[in-house]
Amino acid sequence: MTTPAGVAERLTSLVGALRAHGIRIGTSETVDAGRAIEVLGLADREQLREGLAATLLHGTGVRQVFDPVFDLYFPRGVGAPERESAGRENLRDRLAAALAVNDQAMMGQLAVEAVDGFGGYGSSPESDGWSSYQALERLRPQTLLARVRDEVRARGGSSGFADRLLEDEIRQRIEAFRALVALEARRRVAERRGRDEIARRAVRPTADRVDFLFAGKAQLAELRRAVQPLARKLATRLAARRRRASRGSIDLRRTLRGSLSTGGVPMKPVLRRRRPVRPELVLLCDVSGSVSGFSDFTMLLVQALHDQFSKVRVFAFVNRIDEVTGLLERGTADPEGLSARIEADATVTGYHGSSDYGMALGEFAERYAEAVGPRTTVFVLGDARTNMSDPNLPAVRQIAERARRVYWLNPEQHSRWGTGDSAAPAYAELVEMHECRTARQLSALVARLLPV
Amino acid sequence: MFTSVDDVSARLAETGYLASPAVATTVFLADRLGKPLLVEGPAGVGKTELAKAVAEVAGARLVRLQCYEGVDESRALYEWNHAKQLLRISAGRDESWDETRTDIFSEEFLLTRPLLTAIRGDDPKVLLIDETDKADVEVEGLLLEVLSDFQVTVPELGTITATRRPFVVLTSNASRELSEALRRRCLFLHIGFPEEELERRIVRLKVPGLDETLARSVVRVVGALRAMDLRKVPSVAETIDWARTLLALGADTLDETVVRDTLGALLKHQDDVLKATAKLDLDAL
Repeated sequence: MTTPAGVAERLTSLVGALRAHGIRIGTSETVDAGRAIEVLGLADREQLREGLAATLLHGTGVRQVFDPVFDLYFPRGVGAPERESAGRENLRDRLAAALAVNDQAMMGQLAVEAVDGFGGYGSSPESDGWSSYQALERLRPQTLLARVRDEVRARGGSSGFADRLLEDEIRQRIEAFRALVALEARRRVAERRGRDEIARRAVRPTADRVDFLFAGKAQLAELRRAVQPLARKLATRLAARRRRASRGSIDLRRTLRGSLSTGGVPMKPVLRRRRPVRPELVLLCDVSGSVSGFSDFTMLLVQALHDQFSKVRVFAFVNRIDEVTGLLERGTADPEGLSARIEADATVTGYHGSSDYGMALGEFAERYAEAVGPRTTVFVLGDARTNMSDPNLPAVRQIAERARRVYWLNPEQHSRWGTGDSAAPAYAELVEMHECRTARQLSALVARLLPV
Repeated sequence: MFTSVDDVSARLAETGYLASPAVATTVFLADRLGKPLLVEGPAGVGKTELAKAVAEVAGARLVRLQCYEGVDESRALYEWNHAKQLLRISAGRDESWDETRTDIFSEEFLLTRPLLTAIRGDDPKVLLIDETDKADVEVEGLLLEVLSDFQVTVPELGTITATRRPFVVLTSNASRELSEALRRRCLFLHIGFPEEELERRIVRLKVPGLDETLARSVVRVVGALRAMDLRKVPSVAETIDWARTLLALGADTLDETVVRDTLGALLKHQDDVLKATAKLDLDAL
């Protein structure tokens, strides 16, 4: 390879950082990336970015990890900007002008200055650093909205019907600027603390590896969008399992009878045919605030998979339980409003608003006992935090006795089960409990546990 | 084929395909590294068009394999012309079997299908494997051999190796996850919705009669629709359709009535139309 010295090391450490994020990259891809650098040269950074993405990545989902990592390993510049940062008002003026015409190069330049001027904290070499939060707090780009809007209108840049879109567009530009500031702060920190460490720690993982309990609004929205493709993938996997399962064991009697025509030598084994079962699914979901992100996602996923089962019934609870199957079916068009609709149309709380597993499970065993039969697989979704009330183990035992299988999916880290008010260990003795913290874990569990 | 990334953009633009920097860079790399190009993205952003444009630029023949559920070796690779072989056998009555056999398994009776066509012959070719995700997993196995070594084995004729490698483009709508093995052999390109500026140029190019300011408004409205959480967001193809509709209606500017009446060109679900109507304040007259 005839690339400049150091580029090969830079490339391999970039690949190392991407692998640490769970992206699978083989040696041959790294070699291809090296050839891409050779062919493209290092002159144009955006070309380099696209070239490396084309050779190293194999899917769209990982691009959002790739971009920030790339920015760390192939930064736009090094060190502090050359010109001394001007004052806050000056910066805001120039930012407003850049936002008005959507000048992205200028915005990048301003982000560099903003971090340099307002993002630094600490003075001793051990504790100092750069904070995008602090820079943005001082600069407050969101307060420029009205000013930029008026400026664009005054210049006649927006009129007529499309004018009503202007504010949203400016908001998007401000959001883009905030991302640029975050990027720049990360770069400055990386120069101080070492690139590899920042690439591993400060770059957000892909949505399917984010903890349900700590996922932000945007990540939950991203997960919701991933429901349909994921369901399709799982359906294929379930179908494959079904095919394998239908092979069955040897039917000895029919094999021997068949062997009479070949002089008693069994030439063709006859397989025992399985009677097709029609699996039924019951979901019990804790929809209280702490775990609602997890429950929402799982409910939508199961709803998307409903054609794989003869019957799916979904129940939601906080401290009282109610059936929400109908709400889910009607709700496929509007997944984001799901929790609001459940809150409005179903009785999931009584007296108080905190979750009570004992009460809800007891009510289920009492009112909906007929929903569970020998063909039913029950999934309970929740963190098993009962707010110190009675976990009502007999109710769980009763459900487990009637059902074919009962699984409990817990979005909490395994090591935290049993801490504080968690009744997880008690429940785990009665039913199979699995840790299910991320969408990735969930899809693995669903593919394995769902009945076929 | 190309000298630089800018050369790619310029020459693709001549054929009427405006490429984003990402597209141009990846096409350039695919050409230089001699690897197949796997293109993914929503429907209607010009995945198939890209292959056609590359073929036109390179002066190459476009060989297209349209994948569908149940496409198999005899549709994708080659097939013996059985009817013709039978005719040949019955015509040569007094020949010995050995003579007949060597004759009926010759080029004359071979029906080449796209994959074989693409690697035979010396003229430049662009092989487009369209909607790869629709084909069954078995076909992917078939593609692996063809795409990594550019050779096909016909038992009666021997192994046929490409003397001139075709430029290969595979497209996928991600309705099924393609296997890791296939992905590894390809350069990956995701074509998303274009930036505002690029989309405006595309609209102006495809609908030349449209006024500049109207084109700007059209692209902005489409951009706003894409930001909404719709079942099917409008793609570039829909933007162009809408622009044509507006031109045909003789609309000079956008207003509530025009947008409401023509929203059907952009959105294909009633739910989406209702949602967009509410968010764009179309009923507030």
